[in-house]
Amino acid sequence: MSDKTTMHQPLDEVPPPAVAPLDPRLLIREEGFKGYLTEFKRKLKGGELGSLPVILALVIIWTIFQLKDSLFLSSANMVNICYFMAGTGMLAVGLVFVLLLGEIDLSVASVSGLASAVFASLSVTHGLNSWLAVVLTVLTGIAIGAIHGFFFAKIGVPAFVVTLAGFLGWTGLMQWLLRGTGSLTIQDKGLLHVLGQRSFFMNQSIAGAYVLATLGVAALLIGSLIDQGRRRSAGVPFRPTSEILVRTVALAIVAYTAAYVLNKSAGVPNALVIFLATLVVCDFVLRRTTFGRKVFAVGGSIEAARRAGINVAMIRIQVFAISGGFAAIGGLFLAGQTYTATLQAGTGNLLMLAIAAAVIGGTSLFGGRGNVWSALLGMLVIQSIQTGLDLLNMDQSIQYMITGAVLLAAVVVDSVSRRTQRSSGRA
Amino acid sequence: MSATPVLALRGVSKRFGAVQALTDVELEVHAGEVVALVGDNGAGKSTLVKTIAGVHPVDEGVIEWEGRPVHINRPQDAQGLGIATVYQDLALCDNLDVVGNLYLGRELLRYGSLDEVTMEKRSRELLNTLSIRIPSVRIPIASLSGGQRQVVAIARALIGDPKVVILDEPTAALGVEQTAQVLDLVERLRERRLGVILISHNMADVTAVADTVHVLRLGKNNGAFPVKGTTNEQIIAAITGATDNAVTRRLARNAEATQ
Repeated sequence: MSDKTTMHQPLDEVPPPAVAPLDPRLLIREEGFKGYLTEFKRKLKGGELGSLPVILALVIIWTIFQLKDSLFLSSANMVNICYFMAGTGMLAVGLVFVLLLGEIDLSVASVSGLASAVFASLSVTHGLNSWLAVVLTVLTGIAIGAIHGFFFAKIGVPAFVVTLAGFLGWTGLMQWLLRGTGSLTIQDKGLLHVLGQRSFFMNQSIAGAYVLATLGVAALLIGSLIDQGRRRSAGVPFRPTSEILVRTVALAIVAYTAAYVLNKSAGVPNALVIFLATLVVCDFVLRRTTFGRKVFAVGGSIEAARRAGINVAMIRIQVFAISGGFAAIGGLFLAGQTYTATLQAGTGNLLMLAIAAAVIGGTSLFGGRGNVWSALLGMLVIQSIQTGLDLLNMDQSIQYMITGAVLLAAVVVDSVSRRTQRSSGRA
Repeated sequence: MSATPVLALRGVSKRFGAVQALTDVELEVHAGEVVALVGDNGAGKSTLVKTIAGVHPVDEGVIEWEGRPVHINRPQDAQGLGIATVYQDLALCDNLDVVGNLYLGRELLRYGSLDEVTMEKRSRELLNTLSIRIPSVRIPIASLSGGQRQVVAIARALIGDPKVVILDEPTAALGVEQTAQVLDLVERLRERRLGVILISHNMADVTAVADTVHVLRLGKNNGAFPVKGTTNEQIIAAITGATDNAVTRRLARNAEATQ
């Protein structure tokens, strides 16, 4: 029997393909959908976990809270999560840029608090046009970030010290702006109206959420097909149609489910729409522009970036300015939640939540690896925990401990996956 | 070989404080010529390369490019002329893929955004013409072996269409097969009519691919030899200064005296 098998084996053997001989140890993705699966498995083994841990965490968190409180997965609560994650999420987006450089910005929460005070004092105390005040506030954030970047890039002070000083200093400036009154009430108009809790996309119309979902799915499908076509005609490897379809269907399931759930309540909060649009723009900037390429290069190797003619100091200043700008925008979002600028703005665990969101979402603390979508995924986790614990009437002390544990877990995953990648020659 | 050298150094000197790193150094590189630059540690090889690459401007002497004198004060000046340098530490970004590294700092754009397709296509063409074998142009540099990184670094130098390529110890950290690949690549650069300056400690490598060997000793020229008709011993003698002994000095003095 065994002899017979041996005899037949040569016949079953596939003749070697007539291509240039390649080192058999090389890791090349096979053609077609099967190659996609094997590549996925190999990436998992090599420690390139991508978004997998965070999606797993999200499923576990949602299951636990749903078992504890059946209201957790209700439409109203999901709208809540989506609305409240946008503000901190904006801070996290800015942090993703800084983390890609392998640096940290500890001032974002403080700058966001200052931004709400600046906006309130411009628009309320000085009676400035609301939209103009928004622009000036964001410019203030950008200028503050650029100052941090200057001290870091040009003077050579470690970034965490500069931004720690900023953390204290800008909190002080905020308190000075709000001296006497302690808080200012912001009018419900202009951008702040759009950012309010009762502001929904297309005025709560049922169609709104589906329009957004369709836009997203169509953009992915058309974009992928155009890219495939260009690659095919240029003769370089392209994504197989099967893979494009799987990705599109996966996004469609997520998008339309989300639209359905949110529509059962009031629809998509405008704050979330702005947050998502920001993510799309930032993703484009990081992956498809020379600026984004330079950010990744500086995060990967400063020396290589410098030799390639990249102005490293300028990139650092720009990235910190972006972080400051997003901190200011996030501050406006957070102010829009309550229509007040208070002394408490930007205090508490806001900074830790923003950093945690970026890291939990999969952006490495060690620089050079990550994407802005990690701000969305990470914020979903963070905000789910916050909202869930609020639902269960948990004390703030418990919230702090759980969020701390989740942050630690995320950093552990980041460190371990980095080590695994190095041992399998991928970092 | 063309009459005018692409790159020529005439009496180049360089001082760092009290240290005279280079004294009256002469060097000529023609198109399609591989010039090996050899010398002991501290002989001034790296300093010489850095003056050509624009890292250190020269103190005295002239650098001629295609026959006319030029000033190279910054790395960008050298790049602008068409001098590409591959340093010993390859300076590649581990997190970027091969295409990203090849085009880093001179990305191709299409409607203002990165033209990944064309960059990938040209990268594959370039690597193919150089017979460079790597698994995929879309895997991060971190996944490549030392030899593969070296050839990627050299290929990267070719993206800007240079006329002179400087290779600083390209085979120092490589195994036998990888060294062979890099030396093959050097020959292909010569076939493309590029001038190549090859710095190496390894005599076997030098004699395998170089046309001319320039020896530096204590910051001065200590002989230029055509590889054909020169023995390794002669070159090593020039490197170590074994030619500089009591007998040769007496000969030189006697020659001066008779003049």
